[in-house]
Amino acid sequence: MNELLNLSEHILKFSTILSVIGIAISLVLLLYRMLIGPSNADRAVALDTIGMGLMGLAALLSIILSSTNFNDVILLIGILLFIGTLAIAKFLEKGVIIDRNLD
Amino acid sequence: MIETWTNIILNIIISFFILSGSFFLLSSSIGVVRFPDVYTRLHAATKASTLGISGILIGTFLYLYVAHSIVSGKLLLAILFTFLTVPVSGHMISRAAHRKEVKPLTNNQNDEYEEALQKSMKETARKK
Repeated sequence: MNELLNLSEHILKFSTILSVIGIAISLVLLLYRMLIGPSNADRAVALDTIGMGLMGLAALLSIILSSTNFNDVILLIGILLFIGTLAIAKFLEKGVIIDRNLD
Repeated sequence: MIETWTNIILNIIISFFILSGSFFLLSSSIGVVRFPDVYTRLHAATKASTLGISGILIGTFLYLYVAHSIVSGKLLLAILFTFLTVPVSGHMISRAAHRKEVKPLTNNQNDEYEEALQKSMKETARKK
């Protein structure tokens, strides 16, 4: 019984490391797209997905360190990512972020 | 006895959730690199990464419940917030791209959003 428990914990640790490696590869690919993207909208899309990868990386870090202090970090990254993406989209569309012309 | 079996099964379930979530994040980034157009890239980036991030956060929630016996409401709130905000940001980016610079890739279909935009602009010009 204890061997099975140890085995499942080793499986969990191994899969966590594998997921960190996968997210690192995806961040490298998205950074490539963000550097060479033909238009600015491509860069905005890649930046949005990079924020998603950072949220997942913080969650995996809280599993590895077995800590609960990263929950605030995850939520805060999500909120700031939303506001930043909206600001980038507004800037790409009109050239200004805050204006009174609401069409 | 029963607690040991429960821990074993929960560890397996947590590893499944985490691995599937990171797989979907990786496939979404491959889609962002490989697809030819802004709109198809946006399709890959929003849907697959929403699924991946919710899988990873569910796995973390279960892990914190097993290891520390903590029910963390912030992770559930993060999942809900992701589900609410990612379609909105995708819509804003595609709207900005369509209005500003990028045309859709397929030229053999008619662009209905462009036609509706022209019609509404004509109506506002007539009202003024």
